[in-house]
Amino acid sequence: MSVTSDAVAAEARSRAEGAASPEGGAGSPWQPKILAFCCNWCTYAGADLAGLNRMNYPADIRLLRVPCSGRVNPQHVLRALQDGCDGVLVCGCHPGDCHYVSGNYYAKRRMMVFKRLLEYSGLRPGRFQVRWISGSEAGKFRDTVVSVTEQISQMGPMASDAPSLEALAGADALLEAARGAGDAR
Amino acid sequence: MRIGVFVCHCGSNIAGTVDVERVAREALKLPGVVFSDTNKYTCSAPGQESVCSAIKENALDRVVIASCSPRMHEATFRKMIAEKTDLNPYMLEIANIREQCSWVHKDREQGTRKACDLVAMAVAKVSCDRELFTTNLPVERRALVIGGGIAGIQAALDIADAGFPVTLVERESSIGGKMVMLDKTFPTMDCSACICTPKMSEAAENPNIEIKSLTEVESVSGYIGSFDVTLREKAKYVDYDVCTGCGLCETKCPTKKIPSEFNQGLSTRTAIYKPFPQAVPSKPTIDAEHCKKLQSGKCGVCEKVCPTGAIRYDDVDRVTTQRYGAIVVASGYELIDWTGLYGEYGAGRYPDVITGLQFERIVNASGPTEGHILRPSDRTEPKTTVIVKCVGSRDPNKGVSYCSRACCMYAAKHAHQYLDKVPDGTCYVFYMDVRCAGKGYDEFYMRTLQDGAIYVRGRVSKIYPEGDGLVCMGEDTLSGEIVRVKADMVVLETAMVPSRGSDVLASKLNVQRGPEGFFTEAHPKLRPVETNTAGVYLAGVAQGPKDIPDTVAQAGAVASKVIGLFARGQIESNPMLSKVDVSRCSGCRACVDVCPYGALGLVQANLRENSRKVTRTVCQVNEGLCQGCGACSVACRSGALDLLGFSDEGIMQEVEMLCQ
Ligand SMILES: Cc1cc2nc3c(=O)[nH]c(=O)nc-3n(C[C@H](O)[C@H](O)[C@H](O)COP(=O)(O)OP(=O)(O)OC[C@H]3O[C@@H](n4cnc5c(N)ncnc54)[C@H](O)[C@@H]3O)c2cc1C
Repeated sequence: MSVTSDAVAAEARSRAEGAASPEGGAGSPWQPKILAFCCNWCTYAGADLAGLNRMNYPADIRLLRVPCSGRVNPQHVLRALQDGCDGVLVCGCHPGDCHYVSGNYYAKRRMMVFKRLLEYSGLRPGRFQVRWISGSEAGKFRDTVVSVTEQISQMGPMASDAPSLEALAGADALLEAARGAGDAR
Repeated sequence: MRIGVFVCHCGSNIAGTVDVERVAREALKLPGVVFSDTNKYTCSAPGQESVCSAIKENALDRVVIASCSPRMHEATFRKMIAEKTDLNPYMLEIANIREQCSWVHKDREQGTRKACDLVAMAVAKVSCDRELFTTNLPVERRALVIGGGIAGIQAALDIADAGFPVTLVERESSIGGKMVMLDKTFPTMDCSACICTPKMSEAAENPNIEIKSLTEVESVSGYIGSFDVTLREKAKYVDYDVCTGCGLCETKCPTKKIPSEFNQGLSTRTAIYKPFPQAVPSKPTIDAEHCKKLQSGKCGVCEKVCPTGAIRYDDVDRVTTQRYGAIVVASGYELIDWTGLYGEYGAGRYPDVITGLQFERIVNASGPTEGHILRPSDRTEPKTTVIVKCVGSRDPNKGVSYCSRACCMYAAKHAHQYLDKVPDGTCYVFYMDVRCAGKGYDEFYMRTLQDGAIYVRGRVSKIYPEGDGLVCMGEDTLSGEIVRVKADMVVLETAMVPSRGSDVLASKLNVQRGPEGFFTEAHPKLRPVETNTAGVYLAGVAQGPKDIPDTVAQAGAVASKVIGLFARGQIESNPMLSKVDVSRCSGCRACVDVCPYGALGLVQANLRENSRKVTRTVCQVNEGLCQGCGACSVACRSGALDLLGFSDEGIMQEVEMLCQ
């Protein structure tokens, strides 16, 4: 599935611009709303380090601190996508480095199953991403934010992305059916 | 609900990019917010004072502080609320508008908008916060120190001197680490043995210190104040209660050709051995791999000659478990294996290309050459010596990208020692940079130049044999010319890398390592000896390359942290733990299987349901074991489990607020 082909990107951009100024007049350009669930010990710390190092990255991202990526419920992600975020990131410690031993393994399996479900039913890949960034990888954090913001910007607003919206409409039921998927040891 | 929002300027750190006044004004429009204010420095005494009086005057019941990262000052503000107001300290949320906003965004409008969003999310979350209460947990006043180098020895001595028992665990047969192998130490050139071995025996004699050699950590469980640690002490085949350390066994052992680890392979040792004369414990062990008796059953000489009958060929590993309140990691370093990386330096084929540590043994009076500088191949005195710095260091293509920090100084030391002992010798030092920051360090380097050391700026690109010597070829980057130096001996100052097994140790202790593999401190500036796992501390090169003065200083800092913890004698528990709503729990055990700490179990509970008494299987949280990760709350199919402090509702409200 290639969503980054030029034609699609251009279409997304024009749609994005349309959405930003509904009256067709000049307004502030559309900016994506991206929510990142970050674990306290690795990615949130990596983001803090990016700050300490005064790295620069796009301001469209909002971090939501959780103790562990294993704390993130697919329902949280789903709600964010349904209610107005254009993209969602779930970030945690590298596999093997979880502060809570195995939380990120659960996160990985749960989120992968969930991501496949959403994408199967139409969500554009890229809207929901899972990344592992350690507390010392400030540069990786910045690069991730830059690339994710770019991807989401190219896709345009969720509100004008029919396939993605469709995917979310049926997702509650899917999620209910898939509860606990990925938790088997 | 009466929420107060306090926005910090942090001088110009935040206010420079974010319009804090506007953030405070916008906050007043949020549901539940009845008060907002800004402060130059909220964390300062006057800042805290003004927050506390605002809480009282406006009868606030929840507080949002928009400032630096919660990882920085959440604890400070919690403490402030607990001590100076009537509010529960957990009715607080921090919006990180510095590290994750003002410091990373240049555009004032965008930064301000983001700060407003972050404050709104924090307000949404604080609306869901509940009062939480800590309990005091006892601290086992006994410390475990892992690694018996100078870092571990110093930390153990300092803790023991304050009156607390310490177990010092060393995986080799003697403590001392690398320092005891060194000849003299820069910049004062004290004899290393003269300052290290007294500390070793002090540790051995201190009644509060138990030294366990040939011992490694098998497993660790528990948390700060009560870690249960299982240690495996390898079989020594010698009964230390009976052995007097007379050394007769060593002189009679027929297996004599084993390369000595202590002398870096430049001499040999026996199968029953003490690694060096001043070893602590001062008793021999049998190297089972090389012992004839243990390998083939034939020999038994040591048993025959031992005057006290201390030899135990049937000795086995001893596994013991003990509770400790604090753990110090002082596992030090190894030198990078340059032979696998530098084919152009001969990959170890030329005996006269040696490492810095081998040079330390050669120049040492009790070393393999009794302190005469003789090269390994033919035991002649090298008239020209080349020292190559940064072998493996600062070279991500070959070795590691970081600077190993001590090498500039010990390279100068080696040049000085060589020129001192071989007055008619010539010494070249190939260098990338000369980094001698430290008290008396640059002066030391200058003296080495005065001694006559010739510094050439450039990496050596090739070493090849010619006649009975070696040619070092490289570019002098200052003149741009290719230089070829005919040398009799080459000393490679190789990179420090984390001790082997650091990865395994890190996962046992649940502490993090940086990309280079050294253990990560909790904060590079403000918490340099703590780790992110409470109760586990770092000393010495285990945390990153450093020299002995820095190592000793860090070990002292660790000791003061441990002593502080033990002096308090108790710690506050973390109340942000999982909580089960038994009325919704179906006892399905999905959570039990997910918990990495075994903190969840199933119990029979007597409940009242629909005004009837029922007995059902439900889940129970063991608050001593729960660490508050929240993995179970996601696994719970009936929504019975929630994580206090990061509740489902709180997270959902944050999400909703952002989406608005
Ligand atoms: C050639 C050379 C010359 C130097 N010269 C100087 C000098 O002149 N002046 C100076 O200030 N510095 C010098 N240094 C640096 C100095 O060696 C270090 O700063 C110092 O030794 C660090 O001590 P440490 O205790 O942190 O580590 P180490 O000395 O490496 O001690 C670590 C100990 O922990 C043990 N250990 C490791 N893992 C485990 C485990 N899992 N379980 C149990 N035990 C474990 C190891 O066996 C070792 O005994 C020199 C270094 C080199 C290589």
